[in-house]
Amino acid sequence: MNNRTLTALLLLLTLAAFLLSLMAGKVWIWPNSWAADNADGWIFLELRLPRAVLGLCIGAVLGLSGAVLQGYLRNPLADPTVLGVSASAALGGVGAIYTGLNLLPFGLFTCAMLGAGLSILLLLVISRGGGTMGFILGGMVLSTLAGALTAFVISIAPNPFAASEIINWLMGALTDRLMADVWTALPFMALGVALLLSTGRALDALTLGENGAKSLGINLFRLQWVIVLGVGLAVGASVAVSGVVGFVGLIVPHVIRSFYGEQPSRILVPSALGGAILTLTADSLVRLIPGPGEMRLGIAMAVLGAPFFLLLLLRYRKGAA
Amino acid sequence: MNLNVQNLGFAHGRTATLEGINATFEAGRFSVILGPNGAGKSTLLACLAGLRKPNRGAAKLGDEDITAMPAPTRAKRIGLLPQGAETHWAISSEALVALGRTPHMRGAGTSADDRRAISAAMSATATEGFAHRPVTQLSGGERARVLLARVLAGEPEWILADEPLTNLDPGFQLDILHLLRQQAEAGKGVIAVLHDLQYAVRFADHLVLLHAGRIFAQGSVDDVITPANLAYVYGIDANLFKDEEGAVQLFIKGKVRP
Repeated sequence: MNNRTLTALLLLLTLAAFLLSLMAGKVWIWPNSWAADNADGWIFLELRLPRAVLGLCIGAVLGLSGAVLQGYLRNPLADPTVLGVSASAALGGVGAIYTGLNLLPFGLFTCAMLGAGLSILLLLVISRGGGTMGFILGGMVLSTLAGALTAFVISIAPNPFAASEIINWLMGALTDRLMADVWTALPFMALGVALLLSTGRALDALTLGENGAKSLGINLFRLQWVIVLGVGLAVGASVAVSGVVGFVGLIVPHVIRSFYGEQPSRILVPSALGGAILTLTADSLVRLIPGPGEMRLGIAMAVLGAPFFLLLLLRYRKGAA
Repeated sequence: MNLNVQNLGFAHGRTATLEGINATFEAGRFSVILGPNGAGKSTLLACLAGLRKPNRGAAKLGDEDITAMPAPTRAKRIGLLPQGAETHWAISSEALVALGRTPHMRGAGTSADDRRAISAAMSATATEGFAHRPVTQLSGGERARVLLARVLAGEPEWILADEPLTNLDPGFQLDILHLLRQQAEAGKGVIAVLHDLQYAVRFADHLVLLHAGRIFAQGSVDDVITPANLAYVYGIDANLFKDEEGAVQLFIKGKVRP
């Protein structure tokens, strides 16, 4: 199968996953009642539609960010969390819940984006001129620091309810999101995605290492800015609306590579589609698991993702031997 | 158009790596930069390729400062084969060679010009046979040729190679040297950092011998490769003689006794 056929197939699958996400749940809502003037129509418009759109966008953002970061760091184990942007955005969100700012309109989103923005600035200062090593170490420092501060906020939560609300949000979910959330997050994600999609040629050149890329006229300093801003905006916004959803950015580029080959530029768009498919499907499945309440998407992703990743690793090792 | 450095100084951190370098490299010649480990060979090559900005003086292409040139323009004119044969990801040989066209590419996809340059580079290096094999599955010698084809695909006026023979067996080393030699004879400027004195003696038109960040000697093989220079710079006891075909040969007897 050539790449064009594969991409067409991925687009079809994305559409299918999107439709599934619109319909699936404790109550199945079939297309004939999408526009109906009853409870089903209301559930569709107010609950399912924003949730499916967010799932699509967040999945695409995570898959794309993972593919870009793995290409940039030339390391297949990199994912959007390596920059510390997710952890910092999460800290911002947790801060908002702790202080009650989340009760204001867009309070949580604004605080999480501020966290992400601050981490972008810090990351650019820390890793200035340091190449990829400074970048990784800077991200690690930020992740650790933001994680520790998040734990601190939880530990000083005034009552068990506040602590449980924070922990619940941190686990990542797409439940009870409104169209307003979609419209707030979308511009940031769109800008981030546009920046990330522009990096293809530079990522390809990095196949030859940093000196090779520089000798081909690639400005690595600019590339680093574009990636930090792109990942920061896109992933920051996605954490702000859904909490931390892991594994998508790590796994999806791997799967895509086994079909499309390893050239970094070729896997960018397919990874975005793959991320959307995975997220939409997982988010539909968590709604279908019987029982009271709903499994958190972040947890479901880790439960699905970890064994899958192990399989991948085993296959790689067999291939290498 | 020559490539020249004037009173070039480069310091990284607190150690001065290069100082007072004056040299001119001519197109159509195979120039070789020699010197012991840590003498500043790679740094000089990086300055010539525009990868590092000298603290003092300048590296110039004709009378244009290389670091002042827009990066894509520089990349079109000066090609660099970096040290270490670094490749990541299992992309095909052809895709790797195509990376050499990066500075020429606008928008998506490859132009007819790009495809012509890529296939010319692959046929010059005899790499068409494994165009579709992933570079990770090639032998060291095959990969070295693919990486050189990548530089040739950019059709630069200058080809700079940093220790291109490392980890190759003598047969493959000679392949690479002959390819570089051919490029020089076709009118390109070729500058290579080499460690192997025997090859330098046999292949170079012009030599620059570095020692502790300064130029110790430069000029023709006869001017630079003398027993006294080699003893001082490398601490080796070497003999030079003409073989039955009249070519200068070098024989290293051992370390100089203190």
